[in-house]
This record gives sequence, structure tokens and C-alpha cells, in this order.
Amino acid sequence: MLDNVKHIILILSGKGGVGKSTISTQIALTLLEKGYKVGLLDIDLCGPSIPYLLQLENCDVHQSDNGWIPVYTNVSQNLAVMSIGFLLNNRNNAVVWRGPKKTAMVKQFLTDVHWGDLDYLIIDTPPGTSDEHITVMENLKNVKCDGAIIVTTPQQMSIEDVRKEITFCKKTGINIIGLIENMSGFVCPHCTECTNVFSKGGGESLASLAHIPFLGSLPIDPRVGELLGKACVKELSGSTSAQFFDKIIDNLVK
Amino acid sequence: MTTNNSSMENSTQVPEHCPGTGSEEAGKAAACAGCPNQQICATTETNKPDPGIALVRDRLKSVQNKILILSGKGGVGKSTVTALLGRTIATTDHDLNVAILDMDICGPSQPRVLGVVDEQVHQSGSGWSPVYVDDNLSVMSIGFLLASPDDAIIWRGPKKNGMIRQFLSEVDWGHLDYLFIDTPPGTSDEHLSAVTYLSQAHLTGAIIVTTPQEVALLDVRKEIDFCRKTNIPVLGVIENMSEFICPSCQKSSEIFKATTGGAATMCQELNVRFFGRLPLDPKVAKCCDQGQNFYDVVPDSPAIKSFENIVQELKKLTPVSVVVS
Ligand SMILES: Nc1ncnc2c1ncn2[C@@H]1O[C@H](COP(=O)(O)OP(=O)(O)OP(=O)(O)O)[C@@H](O)[C@H]1O
Ligand SMILES: [Mg+2]
Ligand SMILES: [Zn+2]
Repeated sequence: MLDNVKHIILILSGKGGVGKSTISTQIALTLLEKGYKVGLLDIDLCGPSIPYLLQLENCDVHQSDNGWIPVYTNVSQNLAVMSIGFLLNNRNNAVVWRGPKKTAMVKQFLTDVHWGDLDYLIIDTPPGTSDEHITVMENLKNVKCDGAIIVTTPQQMSIEDVRKEITFCKKTGINIIGLIENMSGFVCPHCTECTNVFSKGGGESLASLAHIPFLGSLPIDPRVGELLGKACVKELSGSTSAQFFDKIIDNLVK
Repeated sequence: MTTNNSSMENSTQVPEHCPGTGSEEAGKAAACAGCPNQQICATTETNKPDPGIALVRDRLKSVQNKILILSGKGGVGKSTVTALLGRTIATTDHDLNVAILDMDICGPSQPRVLGVVDEQVHQSGSGWSPVYVDDNLSVMSIGFLLASPDDAIIWRGPKKNGMIRQFLSEVDWGHLDYLFIDTPPGTSDEHLSAVTYLSQAHLTGAIIVTTPQEVALLDVRKEIDFCRKTNIPVLGVIENMSEFICPSCQKSSEIFKATTGGAATMCQELNVRFFGRLPLDPKVAKCCDQGQNFYDVVPDSPAIKSFENIVQELKKLTPVSVVVS
């Protein structure tokens, strides 16, 4: 199923809530803006946020002879999306599964979705180093996966979890494309003073310590959280955040 | 309890006549044909009651209030709030004994937040002795068992399950008025295990932590659904990072916009208690990063003041039987 997918990129984080899904979505949308054909796979089984972030909450996926047909965001079918969220019939319902069941679900997501031709497949993951992650790694072993982008926030607590995530990648033999530091500071809308809400620079120093590339830092920008399916590089063009995503993608496609 | 677990597992789109994963018919009934989970159900063993349940019940008899701290989403400040709860109660009332159990196996944060990263736990005849942060505040975390902060716990469910059983049944807490249990985000193996093991230990209930924006609330709704399905009383919801007070101009702004009315509105919709809001104070964040007691460093922070009100509310709900004046 992944034979016609040219590049596969995993988005990982040690800690939750660091902006993985936001960044996955914006990476997908930026690639789309630049003319690529993109897939976005959400394997966060407990808290799938991609359907909300792309405003696709009421969409359904269908089974065909070729496997599951992903949801397309528009008629030109340049962005294909798959998430457990599409399989839930009520947004308030919890998916409470033990490991083996999650493993089977993730495996299906990786093997039974009919993506067709894609330039890039971005995989958004749940936080941590759990069953879902082990399964992804095992199943991607035979596929050419470009590697993982690790997202962190600057505070010590996150940095510690990222160190574990890096160890995880090394142990499972996954290439690390680089580290992104998110929420690096907040610009007060009243006085434009930038406060490092959770201190700053933790990501960059960790990257150099662990000898992995540092891809850049993204400030807290409440507008980014409200984009809901719109590309930051287009809607907020010229902003620090837009420049950040431009740079990340230029790096990726190089 | 185990039957409860299996009925929960049916919460996704399953056939109308799904026999339930606990049933002999799982995966084999007529209704199962075509269900995406058929194969999984047919091959998964049905659960049997675990002897750990009785062990946990006996061990936790000396603990009066056992409270789970849950969040749907990660990074909403669950660990910070857990530590704040423990510290606030322990600092403001020296007669109360408080403990924190860090059940986040993959990303334990309590050792850092409580400033005891380099401590170790010791095994004694009566079990593991927790680490004491203060005379009346102790903590247990897998973080104390790791050799280096780089060590990753890459375990599948069953192994985590065993660790959680040990944490719940083998720590020698002594008499406690409050035990706060910090959990990983979501509704995962850790949660199922904890709920199963605590099923006869008279869990007081759960406090749910969230931030104000819809992506976070989406997951909280799922967490409340989980509590209802597993019969955990929801004590209430705390909204964290509700506003940001600029240290330079003292004005407030929203970092995570409550586009759907925030936690208060959601609580009303779902008929659960709203404990209150906590502003984001970079100084408190820094204290937690450095493991300091914010009561010593920033006692006047507006975040601390809001927190004291929340603790008062909680104490009203969870009386301790011996009141020493
Ligand atoms: N740069 C940013 N500026 C402003 N808000 C942000 C930024 N990055 C993320 N956020 C907000 O932070 C919250 C968490 O982001 P997101 O859902 O992407 O995290 P996650 O890592 O996927 O979380 P989880 O581990 O729970 O899946 C969201 O409300 C999002 O809008
Ligand atoms: Mg996410
Ligand atoms: Zn200001």
C-alpha cells in the first residue's frame, strides 16, 4: 500500500501537547501549497485531533476492494487524510483499547489504506514510546521511511522526555531528521514584549548535545492554533511562524 | 471489573449486535462479519480476575482519599497540577499526610517537579519506601528506577500493567490522608490497569485537567466518557493556562483561546463540577522546572491564589476523618 509513496515522515514527541498535530497539519498543508501530493495519517488512537484541525469531523472513510479510502480535503484530491476519528460515531466517545488491539489497528492503518500516489506521507503519533510507536517502527522497517521529526517545548520536563524519545529512535533504528522547538516564547499582544513562557533554548542545546540537526523554533502564536485547515504560510504569510514552516519544508524537500 | 473493561472496548463503531470482547462469541458471532475488529476480537483472550486487585485493596486500606489526576490531552499541565495539589495541601496543613504516585511510565515528571531527581527508592521488608520531599509529602515514580534520564521505557501493555500493579500494591506509604495519582495522557493501558487494580480499593474519584481550547476539550470529553464507563466518580475539572499575565505590563491575554467557551461551558453541558481556572504564570512554570516549592519562591503568584481556592473546594468534597485542630 505504501509502494507509491515517495517519502514517509514521522512526527514524534516525548511529551504530549507540544504541538505535534498542529505541526503535522501545517507541514502537510505547506507541502500542499508547494504543489506536492500529500497524505496525513493520524495514529493517535486515544486523542485523534487531525479531523478537528482540518475541519473534517463529520467525514467518513469507506472500505473498497483496494482497502480503506482516505478522506480528501478537496476535489483535486491532493491531500488525503486518515484518522481513527473518522471511525468514531460520536466525538465524545473514548477509545479504550489495550495494547494488542491498538497494535492491530495501527497495523491496519499502515497496510490497508489506499493512498495511491503520494509525494509525502506525514504520520502524526500519540505522545510517548508506547505500543503504537513500537508497531509503527516494526511495520515501517520494510518500507523506506525517511525518518522522524521530533517536537519538543523548551522546558526541562519536555526535554527529559525527548531524550527518551531519541533513545527510542536509536534503539529501533529510526533515522532522526531533526528537532523542532515549539512554543518558544509568547509575544504579549498589549506591549509586544516577548516572554519565554517556558524558558527558551532547551531544544537547541539538546539537539547539539545529542548530535541531531536543530530545525528551528516556533513561537507561541494564538493565530496558528486557530488556522483550522488553512495553511499558515498562506494565511499568515510574512509572520515568524510562516517563515518557520517555509524553512522546514525547504529543508525537507532539498 | 474485567467485564466492564470489555464493554468499554466497544465504544468505536462496532456492529449493532456486537457480542462484546469478553464473550465467548467474540469475533465469531454473525454480527462480527465485516467488523474491522473481527480478527482482533477473535484472537484476544478473555480476561480473568487478577489477584493483584486484592493486594492493592489491602495495601491502600491506610489511605483515606485516593484521587486520580487525568487529562485527555498531553501537555495540559497534569503533572504540574498534581504537584501543586500535593504541595499545597502538605504545606498549608502539617497534620495531613500526602503522597504522589507517578504512574506515567514513559514520561515520569514528578521527580523533577518535586525536586528529588537524584533520589533513589529502597526496598524493605514491608515494600518499597517512597521518597520524602517533606515530612508529610512523599512520592513514588518509575523515574527513581531509571539509571539515566536518557533511558527510555519501551514497553508494551502487559509489562506496564505489571509495573502499575507493583506501584499500587508494593509501596509502603504508611497512613495517608491524600494519595494523588498522576497518569499519562489519554485512555490507555495504564489507565485500564489502574482502574482494574483499584476496583476494590474505594477510589475517591478523578480530577480532570484541561486547557481552554477546543482541541483539548475534545479529548476531555472522551476522558469523562471513560470515567463514566469505568464507574470512576468525576470530582471535577480544573482549567489550566486559562490566561497569561504578561510579566512586563501585567495585562492578561489568552494563549489558548476558549473558542467554545472553555472548560466551564463544557462542564455545564456534561453536568460535572468546574473547580476553577489557573492562570499561566511563567514563574510557577520555572519553579516546577527547577523542582522548587513555589510557596517558598513565589507565594504571591495569582496562580497560587487561584489554586488555594480549588484546594478548599476539593477538601470540602474529600473530608479526612480525624480533624486535628
Ligand atoms: N506555535 C503555537 N502557537 C500557538 N498555539 C500552539 C502552537 N503550537 C501548538 N499550539 C496549541 O497547543 C495545543 C497543543 O497542540 P497539539 O494538539 O498540536 O499538540 P500534540 O502534541 O499533538 O498533543 P497530543 O500529545 O495530546 O496529541 C493546541 O491547542 C495548539 O493549537
Ligand atoms: Mg496530537
Ligand atoms: Zn505585556
